[in-house]
Amino acid sequence: MNMVTEEATRASEALQSAGPAVEVRGLTREFAGNAVLRGLDLRINPGEFVALLGRSGSGKSTLLRTLAGLDAAPAGTVQVPVARTVVFQEPRLLPWKRVWRNVTLGLRSADPKARAEAALDEVGLSHRLNAWPLTLSGGEAQRAALARALVREPALLLLDEPFAALDALTRIRMQALVTDLWRVHSPAVLLVTHDVDEALTLADRALVLEHGKIALDIEVTMPRPRQPDDPTFGEQRRLLLTALGVAA
Amino acid sequence: MPAPSLIVSSFWNLIVTGQLWPNLLVSLGRVLVGLAAGVAVGTALALWSGLTRLGEDVVDPPVQMARTLPHLALIPLMILWFGIGETPKIVIIALGATFPIYLNLFSAIRGADRKLQEAGVVLGLTRRETVWHVVLPAALPGFLVGLRQALGIAWISLVVAEQINASSGIGYLVMNARDFLQTDVIFDGLLVYAALGLATDRLVRLLEVRLLAWRPATLPV
Repeated sequence: MNMVTEEATRASEALQSAGPAVEVRGLTREFAGNAVLRGLDLRINPGEFVALLGRSGSGKSTLLRTLAGLDAAPAGTVQVPVARTVVFQEPRLLPWKRVWRNVTLGLRSADPKARAEAALDEVGLSHRLNAWPLTLSGGEAQRAALARALVREPALLLLDEPFAALDALTRIRMQALVTDLWRVHSPAVLLVTHDVDEALTLADRALVLEHGKIALDIEVTMPRPRQPDDPTFGEQRRLLLTALGVAA
Repeated sequence: MPAPSLIVSSFWNLIVTGQLWPNLLVSLGRVLVGLAAGVAVGTALALWSGLTRLGEDVVDPPVQMARTLPHLALIPLMILWFGIGETPKIVIIALGATFPIYLNLFSAIRGADRKLQEAGVVLGLTRRETVWHVVLPAALPGFLVGLRQALGIAWISLVVAEQINASSGIGYLVMNARDFLQTDVIFDGLLVYAALGLATDRLVRLLEVRLLAWRPATLPV
């Protein structure tokens, strides 16, 4: 029942903001004459969770950096919301600021500390408010990075392989946490990942980037929480792996 | 070589006759003033050069050239320019302290983690905020290394500067003692220099512990 209202909220938000959260047309990016992205088109709707797969060097990170505004010279049209932020593979917390100050960094709103506390509470880190980042475990640090991203209420959340450096158990917990947070805050999400199972567990849509373009775009409609023993899961897994050039 | 007992008794004599404290304070004052000036100049140059392209083009080549010159070789020039008062002594100390601060701070600013700066950008920090919250704190450990080196050089510079026409300071005591063949007093001077050097170095280390509290205690490997 809860899910239904959340879906309804997301739908109404989509109506209000009218138009996609991300609209990319004809994006081309070259490095020293080497085209990494060639006329790429991409559309992400508000509140939509999209996973982007691709081999190493396929341009996944370049696309994410372009959407984040970190890449200086893309050619093409790129429309993204102003309220967007990134969670990187490494937590990238400032080691000289306590955890809650990392969360409020650059936050321009009234009572930032209270908001930081609420955000850290949401990711289950309320007991580490005043800790130094270098004393956190890998999973804790990445949760703090998530809190730091979500406290900004982004319309677009960019996740650059955020679970790749975590151990398998922590990764499963983090995936569940991200799903919960996405349901509550409903930002549009672009998750860059190597992991086909992760894409199918989390996303509404899975894309495969190949030769600088979106080579495959599939809807993932299985009900959440997703089960790997769902026949559709296996089918789509095969589809994605084949597109990635791995015989399945 | 004077007997240790003689060194101790002459040291006691320096204290009770009131010769030690005023001269010690003069020497300490010279080092602190010279060091402060050198740190200020070195920091200003490193900030400009480290944070801007223009600053690097303007500042770095001449500073790199100047630093290869042993600054103590400039003493004759300092005396001609500034006479034999306090000024040349302070300038020599300041000059010696400037370069380690500049070199360490400049490279620390340039070495500040790019990935953290990117994180600053995606969190909406302005350029100025990125410098304040990310680049400068990242450069602080390098600056403190520079400060310790600068302090060491400041004491060396002081020793040399005080042997030229000083009418006060530990160096003056030592040169006087040489003229009267008081080897024991020369040793007293050396001990005082060593003690002051050690004490000020500890002070900087204390500063490190306070300012870098965020670093997990580093144990020797």
